[in-house]
Amino acid sequence: MKVFRDLLRDYRFMWSFGVLCALLFVSFLTIFAPDDPTLWGVVPRDMKPSWSYLLGTSSKGQDVFWQAAFAVRNSLIIALIAGVVSRVIAVLVGMVAGYKRGRTDTVLMFIADCFLVIPLFLIIVMLAMLVREQMNLVTMGLLLAFFGWAWDARVIRSQILSLREREFTQTAVLSGTGTLPLVLKEYMPFSTPLVFSTLINNMSWAIGMEITLAILGLVDMDVPTLGTMLQWAISYQAMLLGYWWWILTPIALSVLLFVALYWLSVSISEYLDPRTRIQRVGA
Amino acid sequence: MEFVKQYLIPRLVQYFLVMFVGITAVFILPRLAPSDPVERTITQLRSQGSYLDPGTMDEFIEDLTEMYGLGGSWLEQYGAFWQRLFHADFGVSFFQFPTPVNELIRTALPWTAALLLTTTVISWVGGNLVGGLAGYFNRKRWSKALDSVVMIIRPLPYYIMSFALLLLFAYVVRWFPVSGGTDIGRRAAFNWPFIKDVLRHAFLPALSLVILGGAIWFQTMKLIVQNVNAEAFVQYAKLGGVKEGRIVSRYVIRNAMLPQITGLALALGQIFSGALITEIVFSYPGLGTLLYNAIITGDYNLIMGITVISIVAITTAVLLIDLLYPLFDPRVRYA
Amino acid sequence: MSQTILRTEQLKAFYVLDVYGTQKVVKAVDGVDLDIRENEVYGIAGESGCGKTTLLKALAAAIEPPLRLIGGKVIYRVATGDEVNAEPLSLLSMPDAAVDRYLTDGEIDVACLSAEAKRRLRWRYISYVPQGSMSVLNPVAKLKDTYRDFIESHVSGKTRRDAFQLAKEHIVELGLPLEILDAYPHQLSGGMRQRVTIALAALLKPRIIIGDEPTTALDVVVQRGVVQLLKEIQRKLENTIVLVTHDMGVQANIADRVGIMYAGKIVEEATTKTIFDEPFHPYTQYLISSLPRFGDKSPRESVPGSPPSLLDPPSGCPFHPRCPHTMDLCAEQMPDHVRLDASHRVACWLTGAG
Repeated sequence: MKVFRDLLRDYRFMWSFGVLCALLFVSFLTIFAPDDPTLWGVVPRDMKPSWSYLLGTSSKGQDVFWQAAFAVRNSLIIALIAGVVSRVIAVLVGMVAGYKRGRTDTVLMFIADCFLVIPLFLIIVMLAMLVREQMNLVTMGLLLAFFGWAWDARVIRSQILSLREREFTQTAVLSGTGTLPLVLKEYMPFSTPLVFSTLINNMSWAIGMEITLAILGLVDMDVPTLGTMLQWAISYQAMLLGYWWWILTPIALSVLLFVALYWLSVSISEYLDPRTRIQRVGA
Repeated sequence: MEFVKQYLIPRLVQYFLVMFVGITAVFILPRLAPSDPVERTITQLRSQGSYLDPGTMDEFIEDLTEMYGLGGSWLEQYGAFWQRLFHADFGVSFFQFPTPVNELIRTALPWTAALLLTTTVISWVGGNLVGGLAGYFNRKRWSKALDSVVMIIRPLPYYIMSFALLLLFAYVVRWFPVSGGTDIGRRAAFNWPFIKDVLRHAFLPALSLVILGGAIWFQTMKLIVQNVNAEAFVQYAKLGGVKEGRIVSRYVIRNAMLPQITGLALALGQIFSGALITEIVFSYPGLGTLLYNAIITGDYNLIMGITVISIVAITTAVLLIDLLYPLFDPRVRYA
Repeated sequence: MSQTILRTEQLKAFYVLDVYGTQKVVKAVDGVDLDIRENEVYGIAGESGCGKTTLLKALAAAIEPPLRLIGGKVIYRVATGDEVNAEPLSLLSMPDAAVDRYLTDGEIDVACLSAEAKRRLRWRYISYVPQGSMSVLNPVAKLKDTYRDFIESHVSGKTRRDAFQLAKEHIVELGLPLEILDAYPHQLSGGMRQRVTIALAALLKPRIIIGDEPTTALDVVVQRGVVQLLKEIQRKLENTIVLVTHDMGVQANIADRVGIMYAGKIVEEATTKTIFDEPFHPYTQYLISSLPRFGDKSPRESVPGSPPSLLDPPSGCPFHPRCPHTMDLCAEQMPDHVRLDASHRVACWLTGAG
C-alpha cells in the first residue's frame, strides 16, 4: 500500500483515480435504475435539468442521467473486455516472440507489423458492417480486442528481449525450467506494471473506437453507450434545438474519461520508470 | 552494397508482403460474413420498401453478384480480384450508381492528400521543435505550463476534438463554415477567391489534426529530449564549453529526432484514420466523407476500393519514411 | 615550489535527492582541501564510490542539481593577460562585475563566475578527458564536426584555422589516419576514440587537464599508449594534469603527487614515491600492500569489509569500522590534516595529534 500512497502524491493520479472511482460508482448505480434504458418515452421529452431529472431528458423521452449512467457502464464494459482480451493476446505474442527469437519472432512480428501499418480503422469498419446484427457489448469488445494487441505486443517483446539477456534467465534455463513456466513465473513480475499501463491506454482507444463506430451507425443503437448517446443527440439536432444537456453530457463524460485514463497511465508509468522517479528533485 | 542488402531489400520485401496480406484481408472479409453483400443489399432495399418481381429479382441478384465480384469459386474470384486491381478497377459504386468507384476516389483523394500532408508536416515539425525546446528547458515555467495543457489535449480522440471545434467555431461563433470543401456552386479555378474559399473550409479540419498531432509529437519529443540531455555526449559537450545553441540543435534535437522519424512511420496509420474521422465530422469532401456515404448505403465496392487505396498509400508512405531514415542516422548508413 | 593553479577550501558537495517526500543526502565530497600546482601531475586514488567523480565535477565547475555546493570554495588561478593561441584569455574583458571583486593575485572563486564566464574558461583553461567506455562523441556528427564545435565555441578568426591545423597534427602524431576526421564515432574502436578525446582535450593548450579514469575499460596495450600520450602532452605543454583512477599502477607511472580519497575526504597526500614506500594512513597501507610485486609470492591482503555508503557515512573518521588500529577517538571525531613533512600530510589520529 506504500505504492498506492506514493502514487497519490502525484496530483494527476489523485485526480484521475478519483474521477474513475466516481464513474465506477455511477456505473454501479445502474442497478437502481427505474426503467429499462432501451425503452423510449418513459419520461416527458426535452425537459431541462431539474431536481426531478438531474440532467434533463432527451427527445427520445429518456432520463439523461440514467442514460448517461448506463452509457458509462456499457462503455467501460466494452473497454474492459477489449482491453483484457487484447492484453492476453499481446502478452502471449510478445513473450513468445521475445523469448523464442528466430523464425517465430520474425513471423509474429511480421503479423504485428501488418496490424500496425494497415489503417485498422477501415478494416474494423468493414468487419463491423458485416457483423452488424450480432453486435452487442461483448462482440464489440472482442472485435476491438482482435485489433488492439499489436502495439503492446511489440512493447512487451522489447522488454522480454532485454530480460532474456539477464543472468537470472540463464540460471533458470540451466536449472531445467521449461519455457512456459519460466516466462510466466519469472518475467511476469517485470511485465505486469507494463501490461497494466498498456491496458489503460488500450481501454482509452477502445472507447474512442466505439464512439466512432457509433457515429457511423455500426453498433446496436438501442444499447446506451457514450457513442450511441452522442449519435442520437446529433441525429435529433440537439445542438440546434438548444437541448444542450443532452449533447454535452456524453461529450463531457467522454472527455473526463479519456483524460482520467490518460493521466492514470502516465502517472503509473512515470512511477515505474526509475529515471523519472529520481528526477523529482528539489531544484 | 552492404546497406542495400541489409536494409533495403528486407524493407522492400516487407513492403510488398504487408500490402499483399492487407489486400487479401480486404478480399476475404466480406466473404467470411454470415450474410453475403448481395443478400444484405436486397434486405436493405426491401426494408426501404422497393419490390421486384421474382424474374427481375433473379436478374438483379445476378448483376449484383457480378458487380461485387462474387461469382464463381473463391479461387476464381481471387484471381479476378487481382486482375481488376491491376487495372485500378474497383467496380461500380452502388451509392452513386453507375459511377465507377475509382472515379469517385479520384475526386476525393486530392482533398484528403492535401489535408493530410500539410497537417502531418506542420504538426510533426512544429510539435517536435516545441517539444524539443520544452524538454531542454524543462525547468522553466513555460515548459511546465505547456506540458499541462498538452496533458489535457492529447488523450482526446479525433472525433471529440473535431466535434468540439465544430461546435465552437461554426455554431457558437460563426467564423468558419460548417461543412464542405468549398461553397456550393463555386467552380474550381486557380484564382484567389477559390483558394481563399478552400482554405476557409479546410481550416477547422486542419486545426483539429494539427492540434492533436502536435500534442503527441510535443509530448514524446519532450520525453526523448529529457533522456538525451542525460546522455554522455551531451554532458561532454557541456563540459567542453560548446555554445548552448549548438548543443541544442546539433547534439540534442538532432539525436532526439531519430526515434521520432520511426515514430512517424508507426503512427501514420492512426493519423490517417484520424484524418478520415475528422473529414466525416466536417463533411469535408475527401475519402472520409466518401467512406461515410458508402457505409450508409452499404456500398461494398466503394468501401473495398477506399480500403485498398488506403492500404497502398499508407504502406508506401511508411516505406518512404523507412528509406529516408538512414539519411539521418549514420549508424545505419555505415553499419 | 611552483605556483598553485587550482585549489579548494573545505569543499563540500552533496547530492540532495527528494524521493517521494523523504530527503536523501549523499555526502560525496565532504570537506576537501586541495592545493594543485602548475606543471605537475596530481593523482587522486580511491575505491569506487568514494566521491572521486563528484570531486572532478566540482573542480570543473560543473555542479548541477541534484548535486549542490554545500560549502567551501573552488579557486582557479587565472593569470590575467594569459596568451592562448595568440588570443588573450582575459577575464577582465568579460561582462561580469563579480569577477573584478574576486580578482586578487589572479585568483577567482568559481562560484562567482557567471555561466558564460565558466563556459569561456572551459577547454581553454581547464579541459576534461572522460572514461574510455563512455560514448562522449556525438553519434550523428563526423569527428571533424565535433572538433569544429569545440574550436569554434572558444576561438575565432585565424586562430580557428590554426587550431584545426593543430588538431590534424595531433591526429597524425597519435598514429591515426587523417581520414578519421571524416568518420563517425561508431566506426572507431574504443582505443581510437579515447586517443581522439585526449587529443581534443589538449587542443587549445589548457592549463589544467582533468582525467576521469581515462585508462579504465581499455585493454592493457592501449592503456600504456594512453599513459604515454598523457605524459607527452604534459611535458610539452608544461601544464597540470589531475588524474583520477583507482589503478595504482597508473598512478605510479605518471603521477608526481597522489591524494588518497576515502568516503568523500582526502585522508593522505604525498609524492608518489612516499605513498608507495612509506604510506602512513592504514587505508593507504592496505591499498599499497594489496598490489602484486615481482618475486613476492605471499598472499595479498585487501581491506576488510566494504566501502561505506555515502548516504549514511560512519561518524568521526569514516575508515574506523575497517581500521585495524582504531581507537575510541576515531569514532568520535574526524582528524585534521597533519603535516609529516614538506609534501606529506595525513588525516589520522595515529599521528598522535589530539
